[in-house]
Amino acid sequence: MYAYDEYDQTFVEERVAQFRDQVRRRLSGELSETEFKPLRLTNGLYLQLHAYMLRVAIPYGTLSTRQLRRLGHIARKYDRGFGHFTTRQNIQFHWIKLEQTPDILAELAEVQMHGLQTSGNCIRNVTADQWAGVAADEIEDPRIWSEIIRQWSTLHPEFTFLPRKFKIAVTGSPNDRAAVKVHDIGLRMHKNDKGEIGFEVMVGGGLGRTPIIAKTIRDFLPKQHLLSYLEAILRVYNQFGRRDNIYKARIKILVHELGAARMAELVEAEWQQIKDGPLALSPDTVARIAAHFAPPAYADSPTFTPEFDALRLENAEFRRWLKANVAAHKRPGHAIVTVSLKPEGGVPGDMTADQMDAVADLADLHGMGEVRVTHSQNLVLPHIRRADLPALWRRLSELNLATSNINLVTDIIACPGLDYCALANARSIPVAQRITEKFNDLARVHDIGELKIKISGCINACGHHHVGHIGILGVDKNGEEFYQVTLGGSEELSASLGAIIGPALPADRIVDAVGNLVDTYVALRQDGERFLDTYRRVGIAPFKERLYAPA
Amino acid sequence: MPLLKNGAVAADPWHKIVNGEALPPDGPVILPFERWRAERETLLGRNTPLGVRLSNTHSVAELEPDLDRLEVIELEFPKFTDGRAYSQARLLRERYGYKHELRAVGNVLHDQLLFMQRCGFDAFEMEKADPVTAWQAGTSAFSVFYQPTGDGRAPVERRRAAGAKAV
Amino acid sequence: MIKSKNLEGTQAVTANRLRDGAVVFLTATGTWSRHINDSAIARTADEAAALLAIGTQAAADRVVVEPYLFEVTAEGGAIQPVSTRERIRAFGPSVEEQRPLETAS
Repeated sequence: MYAYDEYDQTFVEERVAQFRDQVRRRLSGELSETEFKPLRLTNGLYLQLHAYMLRVAIPYGTLSTRQLRRLGHIARKYDRGFGHFTTRQNIQFHWIKLEQTPDILAELAEVQMHGLQTSGNCIRNVTADQWAGVAADEIEDPRIWSEIIRQWSTLHPEFTFLPRKFKIAVTGSPNDRAAVKVHDIGLRMHKNDKGEIGFEVMVGGGLGRTPIIAKTIRDFLPKQHLLSYLEAILRVYNQFGRRDNIYKARIKILVHELGAARMAELVEAEWQQIKDGPLALSPDTVARIAAHFAPPAYADSPTFTPEFDALRLENAEFRRWLKANVAAHKRPGHAIVTVSLKPEGGVPGDMTADQMDAVADLADLHGMGEVRVTHSQNLVLPHIRRADLPALWRRLSELNLATSNINLVTDIIACPGLDYCALANARSIPVAQRITEKFNDLARVHDIGELKIKISGCINACGHHHVGHIGILGVDKNGEEFYQVTLGGSEELSASLGAIIGPALPADRIVDAVGNLVDTYVALRQDGERFLDTYRRVGIAPFKERLYAPA
Repeated sequence: MPLLKNGAVAADPWHKIVNGEALPPDGPVILPFERWRAERETLLGRNTPLGVRLSNTHSVAELEPDLDRLEVIELEFPKFTDGRAYSQARLLRERYGYKHELRAVGNVLHDQLLFMQRCGFDAFEMEKADPVTAWQAGTSAFSVFYQPTGDGRAPVERRRAAGAKAV
Repeated sequence: MIKSKNLEGTQAVTANRLRDGAVVFLTATGTWSRHINDSAIARTADEAAALLAIGTQAAADRVVVEPYLFEVTAEGGAIQPVSTRERIRAFGPSVEEQRPLETAS
């Protein structure tokens, strides 16, 4: 894991002192709300429905157990005993007091964390594959490059007042787990014909009210040019991105209006001017960062033990958990375990302070002290000894964190929605809760197979509904909550946007509608087909016909 | 409006020409870019200091031929959230090598001074009771910088590399 | 921020308190309460404008942030917001009954 050096630590402490002064100036009247708002936003502090909300960055989703415990401590001391993991590898606390925020940020700084650039029209917290460094299919560890980007983007003087927010995602594997094609910049590591590793650079993806899949503007960027190329893209965007209309200000609209070819020309022309300048990455720099991400000292561990074998034979729930929540690790005798934050009836992504402490203990005991946060609002223990899986499973079950549903129908992504968010038009969380209650038979959930439901409470699409196999968007119709359903979205490298199935449904019909869509799929599926495969084969018509059939 | 240079309030000898205004016979003047472009030949013949105010939708490349002659360039922040002039400033300093005064005008606030300075501004028109205090607090908030820009501050990576060699 | 000009009928003024962000309601004596039942009620456009003016002044005085009018019903002594959004603001998230609204000062 990356560990701050004296410079990083000094910086984050200076940042806390600066914000403390800004809060003081706001409370004393020196700063108006209009002037203060962008300053608090760049520290992750929003004003939401019930209180201030603090969004803490978890850069590329990597957490130490010390950091996780500190998040639990913040939840307990300054909030209501829980936190909410978001779809961008951040955590949010919903009930924060402005006057306590400097103290909270100081406590976070002690464990090398902050809320920097989790909001505002700047380069946001960079996201990456949650299996970085351990995935069996990985070409290169994306955390090295994510950390390099994190440092370069931290309080970038030129790019802190962009036309709109700016999100970058990195994947180092052919199987994209970072949704790179729906980011402002998506970076995919791959090998060229000569066997060198570099980046495919994609620009202008995004969800929100105008969902667009990113376009590739460079097939292969040598690694040492990463920062100069990003700076060139940002400079083009800062100068030419639209500022006349907030809904047209994202880079995706610029790319759309210019065309990807013209965008590529502008970026390349700018890049030629700066590529061999001070942003060129020296091998020493890369080596210094990469050293932080060296594999931990794995001990030899057997792939199977008698206890493991016995439990697997006798316990169907353990078998289901192994199948859904445990993935192959690149080191023999080890496994990647996903901790489900999607229990039946639960709030997707919510975790209590006690659960945070307990998972930190488990990660210390069984998993090299490391935890990851996923964009689908779960946690990952990336280095678990296989021999420890039975003990880990038992303890996670006691904590209600072992629901065997990863990537299945109840592993629902949901934004906070109208229960918390000032922008929302409809609630998201209760819809997710009712769906998980409807599908509470895990044997059936496993039979249904991979199915990603994503729920957003408004058009801003924090719940990524456009790329849900089943997407649900909350809308307001004359003061009533309605839900629009889309089918066939996907965030993988074969990314697609969902198609609207028909008129929006009232709140009391949405859960049954999901049941109806699942039943239609089960009736139509052929051998081994996932929901998405069946949908792509048969199209939307059979689903629509059954969903809107007269009762 | 107070003009801040080198961390202190400075006298401003420059007269800003507004649209349609006749030029005074002598004395330093700052012209809107359109006026500069229209009357460039005549203006270059003047024997007095010249400056240009460039809006943030113009390319700084248009001033390239005259950068030696211009002694002030004003770049605009119509709102403090409109950050186009940061890019203009860096290009003027780092690409075109502009050496004279680069002045930030418009909505220039305490908490943006450091960003402006890092991008190459060295003069600031600030509507503020106590701009000197704002300057000191705003520009000394950080001692660590992650990006190489033209302001001369050593970015972290250079300091790390130097530290690694020293060990 | 909710646009208040098109609202009709009975209204009250709400905001978030600057220091802690708590949801508060403007009372008849010009103070702010955590409880919607303490709200001053406006029944005409003039009354609404007068209430909002008090709220706007309180924002200028750094007591609250973003005050606005919202529609309520006031029957049988109980003041109830009309919209789902304002019900959630007044009574807390609909999903977490075990996390009751704090009844701070």
